[in-house]
Amino acid sequence: MSATAYTNARLIDPASGLDSLGALLTNDGQIADLGPGLFAGGIPDGVEVVDCGGRVLCPGLIDMRVFVGEPGAEHKETLASASLAAAAGGVTCIIVQPNTDPVIDDVALVEYIKRQARDKAVVRIHPMAAITKGLCGEKMAELGLMAQADAVAFTDADRAVADAQVMRRVLSYASAFNLLICHYPEERTLARNGVMNAGEVAMRLGLPGIPTQAETIMVERDLRLVEMTGGRYHAACLSTAQAIEALAVGKARGLPVSAAAAVHSFALNETAVGEYRTFAKTAPPLRDEADRQAVVAGLAGGIIDVICSCHDPQDVESKRLPFELAATGIIGLETMLPLALELYHNGAIGLSDLLAKMTWRPAQLLGLRGGKLSPDAPADLLIFDPDKPWRIDEDNFHSKAKNTPYHGRPVQGRPWRTVVGGRVVYSDPNSGD
Amino acid sequence: MSDISPNGFPFRHLLGIEGLSPSDITEILDLADQYVTQNRQVDKKRSILSGRTQINLFFETSTRTRTSFELAGKRLGADVINMTATASAIKKGETLIDTAATLNAMHPDALVVRHPNSGAVALLSQKMDCSVINAGDGSHEHPTQALLDALTIRRRLGHLHGLTVAICGDILHSRVARSNIMLLNIMGAHVRAIAPPTLLPGAMDRMGVEVFHDMTEGLRDVDIVMMLRLQNERMNGAYVPSTREYYHFFGLDSAKLAKAKQEALIMHPGPMNRGVEIDSELADDINRSVIREQVEMGVAVRMAVLDLLSRQTSNQPPVGPEGTTT
Repeated sequence: MSATAYTNARLIDPASGLDSLGALLTNDGQIADLGPGLFAGGIPDGVEVVDCGGRVLCPGLIDMRVFVGEPGAEHKETLASASLAAAAGGVTCIIVQPNTDPVIDDVALVEYIKRQARDKAVVRIHPMAAITKGLCGEKMAELGLMAQADAVAFTDADRAVADAQVMRRVLSYASAFNLLICHYPEERTLARNGVMNAGEVAMRLGLPGIPTQAETIMVERDLRLVEMTGGRYHAACLSTAQAIEALAVGKARGLPVSAAAAVHSFALNETAVGEYRTFAKTAPPLRDEADRQAVVAGLAGGIIDVICSCHDPQDVESKRLPFELAATGIIGLETMLPLALELYHNGAIGLSDLLAKMTWRPAQLLGLRGGKLSPDAPADLLIFDPDKPWRIDEDNFHSKAKNTPYHGRPVQGRPWRTVVGGRVVYSDPNSGD
Repeated sequence: MSDISPNGFPFRHLLGIEGLSPSDITEILDLADQYVTQNRQVDKKRSILSGRTQINLFFETSTRTRTSFELAGKRLGADVINMTATASAIKKGETLIDTAATLNAMHPDALVVRHPNSGAVALLSQKMDCSVINAGDGSHEHPTQALLDALTIRRRLGHLHGLTVAICGDILHSRVARSNIMLLNIMGAHVRAIAPPTLLPGAMDRMGVEVFHDMTEGLRDVDIVMMLRLQNERMNGAYVPSTREYYHFFGLDSAKLAKAKQEALIMHPGPMNRGVEIDSELADDINRSVIREQVEMGVAVRMAVLDLLSRQTSNQPPVGPEGTTT
């Protein structure tokens, strides 16, 4: 593959703290060199030149929590269609969740995902594999072998490991291999039949609620088990002030813990459910405004390390149902960047800190080579205009699914080019150049 | 009762009490009053809905509400068809949206729906060209029950404004409670909710009600005592320890009722669990209990609702070139 020079770019590398105008050279799929003074003596011959027009050039985004229907529900989303959606959203690496059919709980299935991704996807795809066989919460899956096969972390996806003894052993065993256990924190017996946040809106609509304490109790339990075992723990998506507070205490005590927040946990609150809008049925559920603000504060204060899309495609038939029966989930790969940028535009978080939560931090947690701009990293890049105004339009999505509550929302910032391994996988059709 | 909205009842559907104004409610109740008189005559039948089709679609078993709607439709001259979930395609896996599309193709003029899921009736109404009436959806709303309760109270006490009404029992799961709390608040009554904390929604205080866990305290000086039914499956240790314990603390008996105003009325949406939430003798006390009157008001209120909603479309719609209505 030939060399490409990206000139006239605002280079932002959250890993090193770099934020300056300059240029970046890629060669053979890798970043070869970068810096403000690069090409001061002219661009060498035979190098393709891309003038970034002053746009931001940063590492491609890494999305730690993406649900894809493959294998088992390809009508909702395939690895290929999810990868196109990712590319359009500036995401160069997606971590797919194991709650497929069959469940990704053994080496052969991890390898299946790896093969499919290699052959069909335009972005990098790594699987998270199941913590327990069949996601049943009982028997530990082959964590070590699956890690060798390419599983970057372990999770029971949208389920919590209810049995504390099982979770204790998992964390304990995983610590020997330095594996990351990514847990969806919800005390199921308390959440029971709940379909949205417990509170005023649920009461008015007559819908069974999930109290915030369901999340808090599970996070608090998990922190005790981490303290007991030393296992690396990542809360898959926090949505409540109390749980964030609990995690902050755990971090202050020096525990090896981290957390993510889903975009919907800071971009929306429970009022988006309105009159039974099933597109606003999410996991974790949309919480009240105080919790939403706590998520923003948690991100700004560094308690929450990662922003993830929780991309969860659902077909029309599973959403056009009474709220209680409708499927959970919203798509998010193509809206993660502009919705996260709202936090930058409204002054909550600086741009580099914000990008760190979608690049460098997830790369660190998962042990990936990307997520940074440096000569030893793959040329996975995102070039975007952080100020460009546009309106989210479901008709322009690359995802197979359309279940978004953001249709029509005015936002700022959109990808101009997405580059994976030095190859342009997305180019904004409306940019005019 | 002169503040009737000048353009008549402004809605196509009746999906809930939420969103109705005092004048909307008054309009329904005034018209229902006329139907009470009519229903007490030997000749009860009118032809206002003659030629129109009313479908009662019940996804949950119901005797009194369905019968009440059926009578209401027939007394106004409509052709009434009853569909129950067990007898229809729903059990074969047809989705609610498909059911709506199928029924819509049969050109009914009114669809009365009961469904076990909150919001299901509203979802169905989006796909129907005719008027849809909510006959109870999950734990959300049961608007005609609240209206018939209001009519019963108004006929007995002359007004709703300023009255103190205690709603007692399983408020958490009750659509009747939600509709009644909203209607009574809209009409300026004071509402109290009396229940053990396990049977109250967490955000109850945001509904504009006063919450009591002690029934003798909650019933003090109230004008109306509204009892709710407690489902059997909620009694055996799940929400309350036992029937016996529930009756002891939250069942209505004469000792507890003595705290209320002397002429306080007892209401119950039925069907009653005698000896669980209400003492058998009290339920039959003709001076205090208006439970059977509620049933009578139910038919009248439903006639009023069917009548008002039918006015949204004239009896002889214009006929298009291919014989289709425009």
